[in-house]
Parts: sequence; C-alpha cells; structure tokens
Amino acid sequence: MENASVDVNQPHSMGTTIIGVTYNGGVVLAADSRTSTGMYVANRASDKITQLTDNVYVCRSGSAADSQIVSDYVRYFLHQHTIQLGQPATVKVAANLARLLSYNNKDRLQTGLIVGGWDKYEGGKIYGIPLGGTVLEQPFAIGGSGSTYLYGFFDQAWKEGMTQEEAEKLVVTAVSLAIARDGASGGVVRTVTINKDGATRKFYPCDSLQLWHEELEPVNSLLDVMSASSPVPMVS
Amino acid sequence: MENGSCNETFNVFLALHRPLSIHSNRSTCLFLNMDGVILGADTRATEGPIVADKNCEKIHYMAPNIYCCGAGTAADTEAVTDMVSSQLKLHRYHTGRESRVVTSLTLLKSHLFSYQGHVSAALVLGGVDVTGPHLHTIYPHGSTDTLPYATMGSGSLAAMAMFESKYREGMSKDEGIKLVAEAILSGVFNDLGSGSNVDICVITKGNTEYLRNHLSPNPRTYPQKGYSFSKKTEVLLTKITPLREIVQVIEGGEAMEE
Repeated sequence: MENASVDVNQPHSMGTTIIGVTYNGGVVLAADSRTSTGMYVANRASDKITQLTDNVYVCRSGSAADSQIVSDYVRYFLHQHTIQLGQPATVKVAANLARLLSYNNKDRLQTGLIVGGWDKYEGGKIYGIPLGGTVLEQPFAIGGSGSTYLYGFFDQAWKEGMTQEEAEKLVVTAVSLAIARDGASGGVVRTVTINKDGATRKFYPCDSLQLWHEELEPVNSLLDVMSASSPVPMVS
Repeated sequence: MENGSCNETFNVFLALHRPLSIHSNRSTCLFLNMDGVILGADTRATEGPIVADKNCEKIHYMAPNIYCCGAGTAADTEAVTDMVSSQLKLHRYHTGRESRVVTSLTLLKSHLFSYQGHVSAALVLGGVDVTGPHLHTIYPHGSTDTLPYATMGSGSLAAMAMFESKYREGMSKDEGIKLVAEAILSGVFNDLGSGSNVDICVITKGNTEYLRNHLSPNPRTYPQKGYSFSKKTEVLLTKITPLREIVQVIEGGEAMEE
C-alpha cells in the first residue's frame, strides 16, 4: 500500500545533534532542526531546545513523543517546585527530575536529554541524562546520532573559561559539522545562551553556515589543473 | 492488512467496519495574514486495496473554533476525535470560555502517548483561539509539531511538495483555499491511498466555514439513476389476497373420547 519508509505508523524520532557547553559566565545549548519518520523528514524546522523555566532549558534527542512527555512533566514539576520554594529552581533540581523520570521508566523510554541553565548558587551548569537514566555533570555534553562525529572535535576545540562569543561560535561550528556528516541531522542551527541576565535564543539558517569538506568548490585539485587552458605548475 | 485473504462473507463484515481505512489528509494552515487556518482532506477510505468509502469525512469537529484532520485507522481517528471533543465541551461548560487549540493538543497527545502508538491516529489539528491561529501535527506515538503548513497520511509527500514550492507567508483566504485544494488534488491524483473529492475547512476568528466537497474532480461516469423498462408500466393488481390459515393435521393421534 505504501512504502515502509514513509509509514505514518513508524515512530517519530529525532536523529539529532544536540550540544551543551559551559563558558565563563553561563551555558550555550545548541541543536539542529531535523525530525524524521523513517526516511521522511517530518519537520525540517523543529525546535529541540525546550524551555523548562526562565533559566533552565533542555535539549531533546531520541523518540520525539518520549522526550516531549518527559520535558512536559519536568516543566510541570519545576513550576510547582518554584511556587512552593518562592524562588527560581536550580539547574540541578531540573536535571534530577529529568533523571528520576528517565530512570523510573527506563524500559519504556528512548530519549537522551541535555539539561542546561544558570542559577545563583552554582552558575552555569550542564547535565547530561543519557538512556539509562543517570545524571552526569559535565563541562560540555554532546548527544544524538550526530554526536559520534563530534567527540574528537570537542576533545580538540573545547577550552576551559571560554567567552560567550567563543562558546557560541564553537557550538554552531560543531552542529554544522555534524549536519554535514550525519544524515539524520539537518536543517538549521538553533541555540540558547543562558547566563545571569537570562536566556537569549538565536537562529542560524542553513545558508549562513560554514561549508565543509566536499561542500566547498574544489580548489587546487588535479582536475582543475588538467582542465585549465594553460597548465599551471603545482609547485612554483 | 491482517485479514488479506479471507472469504467473501468476512470481507463484507470488514467493509462495514472499515478497520484500515485511511489516509491522505494533507491539511494546511496558511496563516491568512495571521488570522486564520485552512484544513483540507480527500474523501477516500480504503481497506487494503479496496476503496471502502468514496465520500467519507476526514475533517472532524473538535470545537466550534477547532477542527482536526485524521489519517490512519478510521475507527481510531473517529474515536479519539469524538472523545476529546466531548472533553472539550465539558471543559467549556466548566470554565465558560472558548476552547484553546493547545488544550485539544494536550488531550490528544496524552491519550495517544498512553496507548504507545497502538491507537493509529495521525492528526492535523487546526483552529483559532484567543491567542490566535494555530496548526499542529500529532503522530500516533504522541509526539507533536507546530508548523506554518503541515501534511499527514499517505498523500502527505505529494501534498508537501505543493506546499514547499508554492506556500508564501501572509496569503489571502482565497489563495489559501486554492493552495490547499491543489495540495489535496496532488494527493488525489498521485497517491493510491487518496482519492475522490476535496473537503476544505476555513477557520477564522469568530467564523468557521466547512466546505464539504469543495471540489469533485472524479464524478461518476455511469448512469446515476433511471431504469431501462418502459415508463408506461400498468397496474395489474391491487387486491390483496390473504394467506390461508394453517391447519395442522395430526395423523395417528389418539381417538377422541367422550
């Protein structure tokens, strides 16, 4: 009846690239914008960075349904917690709620989260919550299918005490690298920067992103030399 | 289809219940200068390779200001849609306020999520409320998206191709209806799961227009009515002859005694 790859009954999942990075005054979260069902791009402009409170956001990966339900519950509990406490919730509390839900329902959920934000006690913090439902406090966290292409890049490029501009540039570069290599990641790059002044959202359309290997016009290749009207020596 | 090779009698049963009908709801929202939503759907229902209904309704009522296109199993889209629409009405009586699109969205997604994808309803939800026009897609597993234009069902690829090439921001109502109809038509003509007519529903602030069979590009080509025998048929008999009463004859019974 219909091609299995576009079956509407296939789970809606986010082959994803998500990143969280700390810098000297806060955190930057970044994500691509592709949501797919099998081989079909169900949404090319999705927002995988979800707001939990004024100062805490979460990057979602894995099953779209699962990650949405988890973040909806975390947001609900955090709002209740904020009212009872009479002050903003900390990033640690948010991460711990997400962990609790992920751990208690581990055999039913397929989702990896990166919780990031700023609070007055601990400053900017990033917590990774991978599949099993543990929390990891990390200086930077990467997640989703695209993250496999980024481990080496982050080992090389991440530095302690970066400025906001450096951190933002780093995550945009990283997501654009992952988009270039990972078929399940694509579209635009969305970022959220959170520090003591609050959260700022940014959006980088795909035509503003840097081009990488094999996307660039070939330069100084043997083919160029051979097709040139007058032979140019490769070494002068 | 699980009952693919069943006998004829059983097929008739399936046809009545339409277990796997479906598809093709490309619906769309063209935010008409940010004040409205247009939903569209074809009218074919199928059971495997059989067209079960040539003119079914796939744009379901949720609230006076909210409608929902359903693709997937007809029974499921119908049931989930009716259930939530009833919950919304009770909620309106309770609050005395117009229903919001996000409320319907949350009710639908939490039901679908709790059934872990076994309720096969892929929906496009559209409406206008106090916060403006909204368009959402809901997948059977309970995930949702918010988009300026959306398609669902087997014809969604054909319809999305039309939107991706012709959608512009701030279209007028007539332009919007034309584009949605074109998108549905591309499903009707190019997708086997979609067919027959085009239904459209235009929702603006304070007004809803349901255009049932807005387009009928596939009219019946065989005679709709009429009989080949002569019109001058004469009345032969009007008298009704009652049936004879049944007389039971018992043979070899015992003789009567006095």
